[in-house]
Amino acid sequence: MLKNRIIPCLDVKNGRVVKGINFVDLKDAGDPVEQAKIYSDGGADEICFLDITASNENRETIYDVVKKTAKKCFVPLTVGGGVKSVDDINKLLNCGADKVSINTAAVENSKVVSDSSKKFGSQCIVVAIDAKKNGDKWEVFTHGGRNNSGINALEYAKQMEKNGAGELLVTSMDRDGTQVGYDIDLMSKISSIVNIPVIASGGVGNLDHLVDGIKLGKASAVLAASIFHYGKHSVKEAKEYLDSKGIPVRI
Amino acid sequence: MNVTIVDYNSGNISSVINSFKEVARDKVNIEVTSDLNNIKFSDKVVLPGQGSFKSCVDALNSINGLVDTLNEFVINNKKPLLGICVGLQMFADIGFEETETKGLGWISGKVSKIDNQNGKFKLPHIGWNEINILKDGKIFKDIENNSHMYFVHSYEFIPEDKSVISATTDYSSNIVCSVEKENIFGTQFHPEKSDKIGLKIINNFINL
Repeated sequence: MLKNRIIPCLDVKNGRVVKGINFVDLKDAGDPVEQAKIYSDGGADEICFLDITASNENRETIYDVVKKTAKKCFVPLTVGGGVKSVDDINKLLNCGADKVSINTAAVENSKVVSDSSKKFGSQCIVVAIDAKKNGDKWEVFTHGGRNNSGINALEYAKQMEKNGAGELLVTSMDRDGTQVGYDIDLMSKISSIVNIPVIASGGVGNLDHLVDGIKLGKASAVLAASIFHYGKHSVKEAKEYLDSKGIPVRI
Repeated sequence: MNVTIVDYNSGNISSVINSFKEVARDKVNIEVTSDLNNIKFSDKVVLPGQGSFKSCVDALNSINGLVDTLNEFVINNKKPLLGICVGLQMFADIGFEETETKGLGWISGKVSKIDNQNGKFKLPHIGWNEINILKDGKIFKDIENNSHMYFVHSYEFIPEDKSVISATTDYSSNIVCSVEKENIFGTQFHPEKSDKIGLKIINNFINL
């Protein structure tokens, strides 16, 4: 039976982890490679890096981080943030990323999605959708949630599946950073209209939220950042909790 | 000992390279090349494959003499080869992804889309699934039954001779996820992304 995945996400800026696990025995709490290794040793089903480097000069740092991590972690590695072109995707894959997530570029030019999935296979193309509720619908936001594209998130999800996305990483902008739980309505609606796996993101504050994302949100995988930070919960604890709630996980 | 990972522009093979180098350390020499002589004289060959069946077969055929060299290595010289993902699928006579495409024909059978029961099962089949080991395959030495492996695929290999199947996984039906026929080994899952247990499979192959 296919297991639901737990994916810890690390925000990386200028090659350093911004909010990471604050373990006492960590040699270097800002080292993404060391943090990723802790997650993979702890049973993470995948690792996700979100590069939030603002300046273009420092964008190269992520390649070095990916290269080093890929030599140490033997679970799938997804990298996103600032990916603009097929060439960017190619570079990340060559550094050892297994999947690349595309956000703003997919909205601005959907050809990036279709071209890259044809070139590298849809298995490595994740389209990240940042959605915010507006009345009775959700709209797609770009540029790290700053710009409203006005595009209907559900229609967009369907379109990205058609364009060749292998997975959708859906983040609720309303919930992100609030720790009140995923936007279950959004997750379940998108999951039910597409045939590709949906990764739920944005708003996790406790382990029950992970359960809800899978049971009610119908997500194939759950992504979380802050609950794993500062050792509030380990990936292992999260898995054991999901298991106790009858959710199939890899233990 | 030399193990050659065939680099034929079949998509992203850096994870395969990283994992084999991690397992090999300094004991075994890992080559990454499409050079025919290198392949011919290596002890073992790894045939990765990402993307579609057609794109991988086309990429193999676009390198002059590569298919002949692989045939000689596997069929005439009976040296060990491990196919991963589409690398395994290409063992078949024929594949139906994109369009009907001839495979290497090393193990009779076809590659068709997984029957997802009208959308009941999402495709691609992405994530960790348990493998059901059917025979004591050499690459499964010290691997427990029902171990988890990482999968990413929408197509499955259906061999004619069921005795070549060494493991299956349950996703809408029992999908063939590993085959072993004499010196030919293949995994539909990605041992290079299957954590420590996956590395053990790679180690088993290297130590054959």
